[in-house]
Amino acid sequence: MADQLAIGSRRGLRPALPLLLPAYLWLTVAIFLPLSAMVFFSFMTDLPLAGKEWSFTLGNYAAFFSQSLYSKLLLASLRLGLEVTLWCVVIGYPAAYVLAKVLKGRSREAIFLLVILPFWSNGLVRIFSWAMVLREGGILDTALNAVLPFKINIDLMYSYPAVIIGLVHSYVPYMVLTCYLTLQAIDDSLIEAGRSLGASRRQVLWRVIVPLSMPGLIAGSALIFVPVVGSFMEPRILGGRTGTFYGTVIEDQFVAVFNWPLGAALSFILLAVVLIILALAAPVLRRAG
Amino acid sequence: MATTRILEWLGRFYIVLLLAFLYLPIIIMALMSFNTSPFYQLPFEWTTDWYASLWQNDQLIAATWNSIEIAVITTIISTVLGVMASLALYRYEFRGKKFLQALLFPPIAIPWLITGTAMLIFFFGVGIGRGLVAILLGHVALALPYVIVVVSARLQTFAPELEEAARSLGANQWQVTIRVTLPWIMPGVIAGGLFAFAVSFDQFVVSYFLSTPGQTTLPVEIYAAIRKGFTPEINAVSTIIIVVSMALMLLTARFFKFGGEK
Repeated sequence: MADQLAIGSRRGLRPALPLLLPAYLWLTVAIFLPLSAMVFFSFMTDLPLAGKEWSFTLGNYAAFFSQSLYSKLLLASLRLGLEVTLWCVVIGYPAAYVLAKVLKGRSREAIFLLVILPFWSNGLVRIFSWAMVLREGGILDTALNAVLPFKINIDLMYSYPAVIIGLVHSYVPYMVLTCYLTLQAIDDSLIEAGRSLGASRRQVLWRVIVPLSMPGLIAGSALIFVPVVGSFMEPRILGGRTGTFYGTVIEDQFVAVFNWPLGAALSFILLAVVLIILALAAPVLRRAG
Repeated sequence: MATTRILEWLGRFYIVLLLAFLYLPIIIMALMSFNTSPFYQLPFEWTTDWYASLWQNDQLIAATWNSIEIAVITTIISTVLGVMASLALYRYEFRGKKFLQALLFPPIAIPWLITGTAMLIFFFGVGIGRGLVAILLGHVALALPYVIVVVSARLQTFAPELEEAARSLGANQWQVTIRVTLPWIMPGVIAGGLFAFAVSFDQFVVSYFLSTPGQTTLPVEIYAAIRKGFTPEINAVSTIIIVVSMALMLLTARFFKFGGEK
């Protein structure tokens, strides 16, 4: 009886198992087995369904490496990820700084909530709302022409900038969130010490504040870069014909062309790229908690 | 100092600009859903016709009910399983615990495109196929890690001495959990449940790959409609969705602080 009293730190997997098993079984069936199945399928010539002939092949991976289209699209997606991440840093970091160091009390709390609130609302719908703003004869077009004395035509819809704008809008709250958390943890007295020792504002920014908030910047970048590289819905809606990226090609394999093994191989290559990126960011993410 | 003052006001102004960037498209969409012209032409003339015609759209209504149903079931299952797992991870020390905690991140970190297509392949391979059951299986798996993370965060504030005290006063394990631990972590459980609901209700990518024409959710139906062309009806239903999901998150924020601000 006595040894049962220390509830906080009881040893052994056995008593924990009944509590853990349902959740982890579910994750296994719906996440880990599917991911393994995807790897398996990516080495097949065809789906082993309805008595179709199939055999093992490296052909799906050979397709990726022999046809420059796929690697080009992967590069285009990586570039898209990089650009969106950079814009999120440029836009999100100053906002996080103001939130953490300028605003105080209730107004900070309220604005913080306002900034991250859209992030948790439906992404598809938010992308769609941009379509209305960006198209010719849309709100941006009409508003600018009403204000400006000369006539200009704004038709950003179905272009690369439209995809960037939509994606930055979707992901910038992430950057604000992670940077805010690390910036808020920086002791104000460090900044004051730097200033009183004669450092200029700029020096304090680059030598004290930015290095100390690096974990937040890197965490935010990883959390933005990874999903953007795999995005397909945003380029489809805002990019139109110019919106062909690696993600849209994978989507096509599953919903239009029905070449699942090739789609699985392409997905797995993307997964490998993503895992490498996450592995590089993991030590920093762990420190950032 | 004067410069500090000016910089601070510039900072505040910047935040206003950012908020404008974040909210303007959403507000415009909401306004246009009340505009008479189906081609979004100005001047603005007030109407609620588009909302009225939503009621005639059987496909959208069926998809909405599917979304709500799946979100509710996902919430119940993932909250129960998630709370159980969190309690185990809190109470017991065992080898491989770190590994089990690390396993929670792939569902969050891997792009949904990959998870979704992988589920499609696997569910097809084992005979579950596509449809509402497959969507539900997927949604619970996506929501579970969020529930566990949120509930575990709340458990960190729980003093184990309270459980010990209850036990020494003669309560059994079950009574301790129900009467002592659960009431304490209830805000975390509610926040986790709301998170799970939001993850499911807003989920598009995974549902997209797992749905069939008769068995879809609202976001999938909206995506199909957007690709066919713009209609003010989509504005109307999108406005409803955004209001519902933002209200949900405001509610969640009441129970769970998103970091900082202790």
